[in-house]
Amino acid sequence: MASRPQPRFPEPDTQPFWDATREHRLTYQVDPATGDVIFFPRRHSPYTGTTNLEVRESKGMGTVYTYSVVRLNRHPAFAALGPYAVAYVDLDEGFRILTNIVGVADPVKDVKIGMRVKLKWEDQESGIALPMFEPA
Amino acid sequence: MVSQKRDAAIVGIHEYPRRKAPGVTPLQIKVECAARALEDAGLKWSDVDGLYDAQDGAGMAGLNLAEYFGFKPNVIDTTAVGGSSYEFHTSHARRDIAAGKCKVALLTYGSTAHSDSRAIGTGGMGGLGAPGPISNMQDPWGMTLISNYAMVAHRHFHQYGTTSAQLANISRITRAHAMRNPQAVQAMTDLLYENIREITIEDVLGSRMVADPLHLLDCCMVSDGGGAVVIASADVARDTKKTPVWVIGTGEATKYSENKGDLTTSAGAQSAPVAFGEAGVRPQEIDIAMIYDSFTITVLTILEDLGFCKKGEGGAFVEGERLHFKSPLKPTLNTDGGGLSSNHPGMRGIFLLLESVRQLRGESTSQVDGARLAVAHGNGGMLATSHTGGTIILARD
Repeated sequence: MASRPQPRFPEPDTQPFWDATREHRLTYQVDPATGDVIFFPRRHSPYTGTTNLEVRESKGMGTVYTYSVVRLNRHPAFAALGPYAVAYVDLDEGFRILTNIVGVADPVKDVKIGMRVKLKWEDQESGIALPMFEPA
Repeated sequence: MVSQKRDAAIVGIHEYPRRKAPGVTPLQIKVECAARALEDAGLKWSDVDGLYDAQDGAGMAGLNLAEYFGFKPNVIDTTAVGGSSYEFHTSHARRDIAAGKCKVALLTYGSTAHSDSRAIGTGGMGGLGAPGPISNMQDPWGMTLISNYAMVAHRHFHQYGTTSAQLANISRITRAHAMRNPQAVQAMTDLLYENIREITIEDVLGSRMVADPLHLLDCCMVSDGGGAVVIASADVARDTKKTPVWVIGTGEATKYSENKGDLTTSAGAQSAPVAFGEAGVRPQEIDIAMIYDSFTITVLTILEDLGFCKKGEGGAFVEGERLHFKSPLKPTLNTDGGGLSSNHPGMRGIFLLLESVRQLRGESTSQVDGARLAVAHGNGGMLATSHTGGTIILARD
């Protein structure tokens, strides 16, 4: 089966995030001076421009903000999946991630906005892992 | 009513008539449209001294396009922000004309998206171009363009109780307008649409689901096409062939997904108040709303953000016949047949300007009697991730 599009490197802003996924750690950044939560990963804070940021690890619990079930994707890796759910999940630590909802029998019926979800890693041949979510 | 500054007017337009144009290049489409739009204005090729381009025909567009066309412009603007680029260009052209930097600004668009068989809505996304932080956080999830907009629709349904039938009514009204436009009917014929006729809400709901909750008939076509707009200074506009259509207000904005952000509001909520404020008119006075209809949800969201109704009330607002050109209520929506049923080669923004001008000149195939004020709102990029909004308010004397 064809593999999904993968993150590509060198890409210094997101490299530390993807490196952490090799150890199944979901990381995000915080500005210790303001408490701002930063995601997607970047060297600077989009709120103040500071580069003095801390990396923290998420517990991987969150809520579905919104989703769509994709019925048609011409990319071979996705065409082979059948209908699948793309979603934004709001993590309890305050960041929003684009992801897939997995571990449901029928994504059309079983995924709901507001449902609680937990992190589920999907290992990739390249050694990184994709953070996905399943019902909590 | 109107006491706005009238520095610049749209004086020439042309819409490329074909939606399937094999063997023609985007650059050739741009040139042909430019020639016809200048003819429409009664201006010459050599009158053009401002070139505005969304980089759709040539790399390093400001230079290569000037050479290809044969222009030596005093102003070059290659703002490329997706489908709303032409609203941004209109805003910039008016500013540049008011500043005395140019007198005759040319905007062109050309695309062969259909003939190139581009899977714009259902492509896999990602894996192309240089690595980047944003693409690295999006590529692996299989978010097609349609599912991107569908996520906005789902959230809108959840937050406000909006329904698929309400979205479907936008498609129904737009098709009714398209059936009156021979170019739109030819477009649907050439693109092998099934059931080229007026459609019902049930037709939309019965069409196949592409990305929940968006059905096939909630989605625009992928056509070839193009167009051109000529914007001129007030002194030039006095001597052109057609009724000048004044640019009386402009606004530009960006919006992107943020932690705790509200996806049901678009960049239009930032660009519209600026444009309406500048024009000195209220949304309720607008006769013609030319709203970017990549998808039905795009229209509903933008109508709210432009202030035609409150956020969350768009579903009820679009019900019934209000948006139909024969309705006495304002505004009338997308009288050319829209991206849904007439023309969407990838960046539809220019067509919003073209049909607004036709309406204010009295040349539309679904003409609203006495139309005096129009808004063209373009949306570029993708609604759920990052996008631009460009609002242009147009008026006739």
